[in-house]
Amino acid sequence: MEEFQIIDNCLMVRLPEEVDHHRAAYISANADRLLLQDQVQHVVFDFEDTKFMDSSGIGIIMGRYKKISCFGGRVYAIHVDRQIHRILNLSGISKIVEVVE
Amino acid sequence: MMTEQEKNEMEILFDAVSSNESFARVAVAAFVSHLNPTLEEISDIKTAVSEAVTNAIIHGYENFYGYGRHGESKPAYLVVHPGKVRVHCTLEGGILHIEVSDEGKGIDNVDKAMEPLFTTKPELERSGMGFAFMEAFMDDLEVESMPGRGTIVRMKKKMDTGAWIDSEE
Repeated sequence: MEEFQIIDNCLMVRLPEEVDHHRAAYISANADRLLLQDQVQHVVFDFEDTKFMDSSGIGIIMGRYKKISCFGGRVYAIHVDRQIHRILNLSGISKIVEVVE
Repeated sequence: MMTEQEKNEMEILFDAVSSNESFARVAVAAFVSHLNPTLEEISDIKTAVSEAVTNAIIHGYENFYGYGRHGESKPAYLVVHPGKVRVHCTLEGGILHIEVSDEGKGIDNVDKAMEPLFTTKPELERSGMGFAFMEAFMDDLEVESMPGRGTIVRMKKKMDTGAWIDSEE
């Protein structure tokens, strides 16, 4: 699967193994490019490969949420393991992100 | 295995660039690996170190992108602050002490900076959760800062789960 892919009205973002500040700008910039280009309504973050995430990942999710929520878009997180789940819960972002098990 | 009385120490010093964030957290995780830490302990330590080191780089030295920023016209070494980040770890009595220090611009109001969701750099999509994560994932957090001189973040974590599992076996 591609890192960034549009399926129907969803932008799928396959996150790298480590989501930190170093990778954050690349992920956000590419996601935003596609958000503007196409008729994307929802964003799905796929954590399948992700083994590490710090608060930079929260920034990425919050930033995309702000861009699509005013048009009724939603943010989903899939393939979330226990550690990532803890980070999402602790940050309070699990209130705006739908975690799909 | 190391007994609780023994002391072990290490220090690394590296350029304040974003590509070193993963190096720093992996180095600290490797330093404690002989204690048989749980996955959760390792993850906690890596996250806390990553937060502290990222803070030093982007707030202390204001190196927002580090080496090789995508689309940067100037060579990265011309635009980055030449500052260094120091990570000092001590293992003593089953407790890991981590000190992350920089000689960057410092923090004017430490209490304010430690509030969850507070960030001085919203344009960089910083979530403002850095100190909150350090506090949540470590057992103790202390921040000392002098504006214009730099910042020292001290964290402690009790490392006992692995040793306990060993003794049960």
